[in-house]
Amino acid sequence: MEINLIIGLSTLAIIKAAPLVFGALCGLLGERSGVINIGIEGMMLISAFTTFLGSALFNQWTGGIFPTNLSLLVGLFCGITSGALIAALHAVLSIHYKIDQVISGTVINLLAVGLTNYIANVYIDPTHLSGVGVFPTIPIPILSDIPIIGPILFSHQPMIYLMFIMVIFMQYLVFHTPMGLRMRSVGEHPRSADTVGIDVNKTRYVNVILGGVFAGLGGAIMVLESVGRFQKLMTSGRGFIALAALIFGGWTSTGALGSALLFGFSEALGVRLQFGDLNHVKVIVIVSGLVILGLGIFLLIKKIIEKEISIKKFISISILIVLGSIIMIGSNYVKFPTFSIPIEFLGLLPYLLTIFVLAGFVRRAKGPAAAGIPYEKQ
Amino acid sequence: MKNNNIEPILKIENITKKFPGVLANDRICFELYPQEIHCLLGENGAGKSTLMNIIYGLYTQDEGKIYVKGEEVDIKNPNDALGLGIGMVHQHFMLIPVMTVTENLMLGQEKTTGLRLGQLSKLDRSTVSKELRELATKYGLSLNPNAYIEDLSVGEEQRVEILKVLYKGAEILILDEPTAVLTPQETDEFFNILRMLVKQGKSIIFITHKLKEVLTIADRITVLRNGKTVGTTTPNETNMHELAEMMVGREVLLNIEKGQPDPKEKVLEVSDLFVMDNRKLNVVNGVSFFIRAGEIYGIAGVQGNGQKELVETLTGLRKSIRGHVKLLGDDVTNDNARSLTLTGIAHVPEDRQKHGLVMGFSIDLNLILQTYFQSPFSKFGFINLDSIQENATQLVKKFDIRTPSINTPVMNLSGGNQQKVIIARELNRPIHLLVVNQPTRGLDVGSIEFIHRQIVDARDKGVAVLLVSAELDEILSLSDRIGVMFNGKIVSEMNSSEADKTTLGYYMAGLTREKIVT
Repeated sequence: MEINLIIGLSTLAIIKAAPLVFGALCGLLGERSGVINIGIEGMMLISAFTTFLGSALFNQWTGGIFPTNLSLLVGLFCGITSGALIAALHAVLSIHYKIDQVISGTVINLLAVGLTNYIANVYIDPTHLSGVGVFPTIPIPILSDIPIIGPILFSHQPMIYLMFIMVIFMQYLVFHTPMGLRMRSVGEHPRSADTVGIDVNKTRYVNVILGGVFAGLGGAIMVLESVGRFQKLMTSGRGFIALAALIFGGWTSTGALGSALLFGFSEALGVRLQFGDLNHVKVIVIVSGLVILGLGIFLLIKKIIEKEISIKKFISISILIVLGSIIMIGSNYVKFPTFSIPIEFLGLLPYLLTIFVLAGFVRRAKGPAAAGIPYEKQ
Repeated sequence: MKNNNIEPILKIENITKKFPGVLANDRICFELYPQEIHCLLGENGAGKSTLMNIIYGLYTQDEGKIYVKGEEVDIKNPNDALGLGIGMVHQHFMLIPVMTVTENLMLGQEKTTGLRLGQLSKLDRSTVSKELRELATKYGLSLNPNAYIEDLSVGEEQRVEILKVLYKGAEILILDEPTAVLTPQETDEFFNILRMLVKQGKSIIFITHKLKEVLTIADRITVLRNGKTVGTTTPNETNMHELAEMMVGREVLLNIEKGQPDPKEKVLEVSDLFVMDNRKLNVVNGVSFFIRAGEIYGIAGVQGNGQKELVETLTGLRKSIRGHVKLLGDDVTNDNARSLTLTGIAHVPEDRQKHGLVMGFSIDLNLILQTYFQSPFSKFGFINLDSIQENATQLVKKFDIRTPSINTPVMNLSGGNQQKVIIARELNRPIHLLVVNQPTRGLDVGSIEFIHRQIVDARDKGVAVLLVSAELDEILSLSDRIGVMFNGKIVSEMNSSEADKTTLGYYMAGLTREKIVT
């Protein structure tokens, strides 16, 4: 079996999923408290821009006497701050001025494109400002030596670990803390929150701005851990995919991680296939097997957690797992015809699988009831 | 029953509150004694809810003072009120459907466990649900703390609301029209809970516009009208008629006066009709009856015996599986709603907000919902706004719809005025048959009187009326003939002169005549 291929794809999938996860966490905080944020894309773009500018200028002005990582941290700080500031703008527009939240988000997206393109044109391009590099990979001792799981999970750059920590932390925050309870109450039924003395608008401000911090991280990670410098329109729709991941994930951080990984995997596959050294047909078969196997395992875990496993369901889940395994193992013993499919179509396959999985197996999620509606105190 | 030596637990002096264009509360005074149930009675818009929202800190008064246990207090927000032991159960429940009972209870005053991280500490669900169980047992309110609100019945939701205020340590409970959403059985149960609470030392302000309830449950009654206190009395000193007069400011006819019916030709003839509900169960099982022009045919019955589906079939909203419906001699079985409307059926639906009105639309548009495509409202496919506005101006005047303007969205109107919009729309067309389902549910006496008058007037003009209602009083006072529906069948039919509550009650419970006689 092409174990190395799977390991490589999975590792890349996590890296590609990280900006989506941070973006989704931004949306999570906003929407759970009742503010729709379609400006994640713009927030991430501006943060990516300020992250680059912050790190590069700090490095230039100090003449490079500090270590690279310090410059990168300065950049990270700039990214987070600008994310929070842009989110604050969104909050003021949609909470204080009660502007339609979709319009406010659109304004931010347009602003981000215009602003970053303009400054890039007049300042970065002419001065040939160059990046200071990326964060190094930090393998976690012992854990990274575990076969298969080690290289996939425990051999990453620092912000990937931060992402995992944040996903778990946000799951705790949203569902197990007073802050989360209040956030959700304000997003579901603000009037009822008001009657028990919760300040609806203050709660929304706090959450939207905190969300901006995550959008900032999402923008920063693209500069600090993969590209190393700012490119015009570098978010290329990731903010919107993050929003989709949030919705597909049922407005939970773990759900968003799951869907972001699916999207990340598809992106990784697209990247990997461009190298041209793989048998396309074989890869498709292996990936299909992997998806079926993954789905089976996912459903199994879900049913066990929900404690509603019946013989009938168990059998159908087992069929999925066995089928997936057979396809993956069997692919080693079959000689596949060499048949080159245009890369664009190959790139489509994981998306098709994603749609199939989401449409067929994920229960239709219900979002926060009051999302998108400004609160009127009467 | 309270002697004057006891200090009132809550006292209100000269509370005044102005809203743009309205004086909602005008120097209102009011006292609540410990362990009493004090009913606050008034029509919709009399200022009851405003006053209570002031006491609970959701609004701030323009003038006036509030005393709790003899001390003047300043209540700026609900937290202040809760701190003073004042809790409120709102008319529209303030519960979050996707959360559990426990979560709803702790919201705002969360208990946490483990590390003290302020807002980021871990919620202590198990302690709260244990406390909740103890509290529920103490007051005899059974509840599952881990149930989600969206899975509860309305009566259960109300219990959660009461537990919520008790949990927050309320001594004074304000209940804003708590029975509006309850069935009669649930209401009885609810009154038992209230008596229990008073016995345990709580004091209750009970807001309502239902006269009967007031006389059943109140220790004292204060009546409000147009933002002013009309007077305070006790159930022993007063009666329904006097209270109604205090509320409305004029004599109110609790029983409508109507002349003898003068029935003419058959307008509606239903024969052997079978209808299924959404679950594909037969709920109408062979119903046959007729209604003549100029008479009111009342259908009595406990809700859920097929009345809803029958009405939907007659008005074109549901298909029958067998049987025939004839309108003026023509077979109109399973015709669609528009063709029935145009033939001359008017429908006042059971749920006025869901099926009667487009809540976000203004009054003028709601008044032409069925006729917008006809002249003069529409010409060559274009809407004629002038004639729509003119139509609305006339109808608002004719049907006494109280609204700031004809462009006001109907969701901003009171229930009584919303119903008047529907009645105006339905009666302003040339009609042969008027189908009304629960026409006065949740309305105050003034509006009830008006709507009953309209129904009787329609009859006198020669319209055949089908009245479906769960209120036996309404059926008895309006109908000329009565059919009792049980289990999808009309089990008995009689002239209203022969009918009384007991007989109807027996048929509604599914007993047959032989059993009643023996």
